Amino acid sequence: MNMYIQPEYEVIRNSDKCIACRVCERQCANLVHSFDSETGKMKADDSKCVNCHRCVCLCPTHALKIVKSDDTYKINANWDNQTINEVYKQANTGGVLLSSMGNPKPYPVYWDRMLVNASQVTNPPIDPLREPMETQLYLGKRAAKIERDEQGKLKNTLAPQLKLKVPVLFSAMSYGSISYNAHESLARAAEELGTYYNTGEGGLHKDFYKYGKNTIVQVASGRFGVFKDYLESAAAIEIKMGQGAKPGIGGHLPGAKISADVSETRMIPQGVDAISPAPHHDIYSIEDLRQLVYSLKEATEYKKPVIVKIAAVHNAAAIASGIARSGADIIAIDGYRGGTGAAPTRIRDNVGIPIELALAQIDQRLRDEGIRDEVSILVGGSIRSSADVIKAIALGADACYIGTAALLALGCHLCRSCHEGKCNWGIATQRPDLVKRLNPDIGYKRLVNLVTAWNHEIQEMMGGMGINSIEALRGNRLMLRGIGLTDTELNLLGIKYAGESM
Amino acid sequence: MLPKEGQFRDPSGCAVTGVIDRSGRGMTGEGMIEAISVMHDRSNGLGGGFAGYGIYPHYKDFYAFHLFYDKKEAQEGAEAFIRRHFEIVYSSEIQTRKLPSVTDEPLIFRYFLAPLPQKLANSHLDEREYVARCVNRINAEIAGAYVFSSGKNMGIFKGVGYPEDIGRFYRLEEYEGYAWTCHGRYPTNTPGWWGGAHPFGLLDFSVVHNGEISSYDANRRYIEMFGYKCTLQTDTEVITYIIDYLVRRRGLTLEETAHVLAASFWSTIADKGEEAKEQETLLRRMFPSLLVTGPFSIILGYTGGLMALGDRLKLRSMVCAEKGDRAYISSEESAIRKIEPNLDRVWSPAGGEAVVFELYGKGGLAR
Ligand code: SF4
Ligand code: SF4
Repeated sequence: MNMYIQPEYEVIRNSDKCIACRVCERQCANLVHSFDSETGKMKADDSKCVNCHRCVCLCPTHALKIVKSDDTYKINANWDNQTINEVYKQANTGGVLLSSMGNPKPYPVYWDRMLVNASQVTNPPIDPLREPMETQLYLGKRAAKIERDEQGKLKNTLAPQLKLKVPVLFSAMSYGSISYNAHESLARAAEELGTYYNTGEGGLHKDFYKYGKNTIVQVASGRFGVFKDYLESAAAIEIKMGQGAKPGIGGHLPGAKISADVSETRMIPQGVDAISPAPHHDIYSIEDLRQLVYSLKEATEYKKPVIVKIAAVHNAAAIASGIARSGADIIAIDGYRGGTGAAPTRIRDNVGIPIELALAQIDQRLRDEGIRDEVSILVGGSIRSSADVIKAIALGADACYIGTAALLALGCHLCRSCHEGKCNWGIATQRPDLVKRLNPDIGYKRLVNLVTAWNHEIQEMMGGMGINSIEALRGNRLMLRGIGLTDTELNLLGIKYAGESM
Repeated sequence: MLPKEGQFRDPSGCAVTGVIDRSGRGMTGEGMIEAISVMHDRSNGLGGGFAGYGIYPHYKDFYAFHLFYDKKEAQEGAEAFIRRHFEIVYSSEIQTRKLPSVTDEPLIFRYFLAPLPQKLANSHLDEREYVARCVNRINAEIAGAYVFSSGKNMGIFKGVGYPEDIGRFYRLEEYEGYAWTCHGRYPTNTPGWWGGAHPFGLLDFSVVHNGEISSYDANRRYIEMFGYKCTLQTDTEVITYIIDYLVRRRGLTLEETAHVLAASFWSTIADKGEEAKEQETLLRRMFPSLLVTGPFSIILGYTGGLMALGDRLKLRSMVCAEKGDRAYISSEESAIRKIEPNLDRVWSPAGGEAVVFELYGKGGLAR
């Protein structure tokens, strides 16, 4: 017996508006829409709809909307519809539930429980339209010896750093999990913005080597596409130890997404599932990590910073302290709301901790140990707006990774069906007919627009605080106040409650 | 009851002024008292203080500690600590003058000290670091005792009141030094604790400051990594620690320190000559968390010189002037004119531009 499950969303077509142009039919890779030649009307199969809104956006007469079904089982606060349906699905198939994008559960969002300060009377706000308002920064180690040449000038004893014009980078999304056109959009946007995009664990397509100085290449447990030219082409190398959406497990790219091009880039056979193991099999402890960090540095002649990316988990602060002593230049922390192309639902929704708490604890721990200058801190998962960026930096981050927000700029509607490989927006798919829907000329411009807009907002908020360099905001927790938080939460975040003065 | 200084953050507006005779000739504290009295309205009677350099020529080789004691027991505790770490060469209560406008003064004592050689050797610290740590420990561990001056051949004198009254209270007309700085305070809270007045001192560094910095917590959380404790939670305290860290512990010049504290904008640096561009970029990349933003103007006093520095947007006034061997720094020109009406030169330094005046030929801290 296969239990029938009522679709979660319904496609509603306004028949007064519909002109039966069949655009929706052609646009939907899930084959929701069809034309009934007998009645001359359009039909919809709700059970196939993933609610990606492609048809809604493209319908020329705006005849479509998608609504949440009001069908329900007997109301039960413990056994809600979704929980019951998931049991049915698993009883039907015996399979692990898969999902994509970030954790959608109603856990607290700490960004929304922090408020930002502004200057009044005793200290003037600064107008970013009139005065310089610096969002440029460098990422990497800052601990360096003071040495002078014969004329007494300071020598540059710093390890290599990354220069960013804005405090935002595009986070790791592999070619394979997302499309060629999505990668091209990210690479070109990073170049224009003076920041970086990240290849993820899927290697670097040969066409994109030309964006190398704005590229962070990833070395993950599967080692896909890792070879000398790959490492040398990049501005920095990121070792992926974990990912916020699925801490503790590896990756799984279904064979359907391994096209000829993806297979060449990843250096694996076409059409076969690409599995990255949960651990790096050469890293079973912190000393091993140190060896990989230094192997990569040796391979690239100590010219590039090495980033170590971890998922935010319970012991993140101690882990970060170990990483800071491992030779890494930058730590990237990914919160439990970070996106993914595919993850087991239970892991996505139940494993890991909020990035806000992990960040606050890591920054404080590194300071307590006097090693905050050994590493820069990057945070992601999920940074949703310029306000989140401001708050993250005030808590102690150097800069923020954005993934989901970047995909939204490219058209993603958060249908959380990336793992099915049929993304109607041409992002999380390798189907050529779908990929070509994302025009990189437009896509990159939209990414540039988004980050530029955020940067303006960041400048406005900094100006309001009387701060004219993003570096003077970093770790400046007195600029934050909590609202609706317990004492424990305030302590963990290291901030005061709204209304408490300086 | 309002909490005591240090239990909350207390931004304040202020007046600052300073003078140095570069030939090394002594001046009494009277001139400073006169100068600061002109800027009476920039203070509100809740704090005033002075730092004098070259005032203890007979004890110039010893660390001069000035301490406030809230109560007798604090004195016993502090003196026991001092005896365990230093030889006390001379000690006495600091002579003051009773004034109706200065009330609630604590016990105020002065000690001339030499570190105990064996203790110092065992600590594996350099002498100045040893002394600085002892000061920190007294201030953090002995309740009711507070070291507010700890340099050689210099001294800080401060308290709650208008600065001109504080100067007379300490009888500064009886001291002679080659350099003086002075501070009148306009705090936005009213703790009324003597230790909270300025200048703030650490060894022979003294800082007077006018402004309210917006980078405070970024600076504080960074500098506390290196063993400093910002117990007073004032801008002046954190700025003093930054200067001490960069100059004494990292060996930067004053000019380089200024390029960290009040770094030029990246856009300004881009327009500079190759060498300046390279050096200033390097300093910003090494010490980004020590950039101080928001309004400030400070006068740093140290053995042999004074440095004036304002924030990079010049959000606080600062005037420099020269007359013969004497150089003057002040929040307002009027204060300088009051003690020297005929000046050779008067100018306003640009935002972020350090102005350094040092004794002739003494090889001070400037490059
Ligand atoms: S795209 Fe809109 S108008 Fe065209 S067939 Fe579909 S619902 Fe009707
Ligand atoms: S990338 Fe595509 S498939 Fe994935 S959530 Fe966004 S719209 Fe849906």
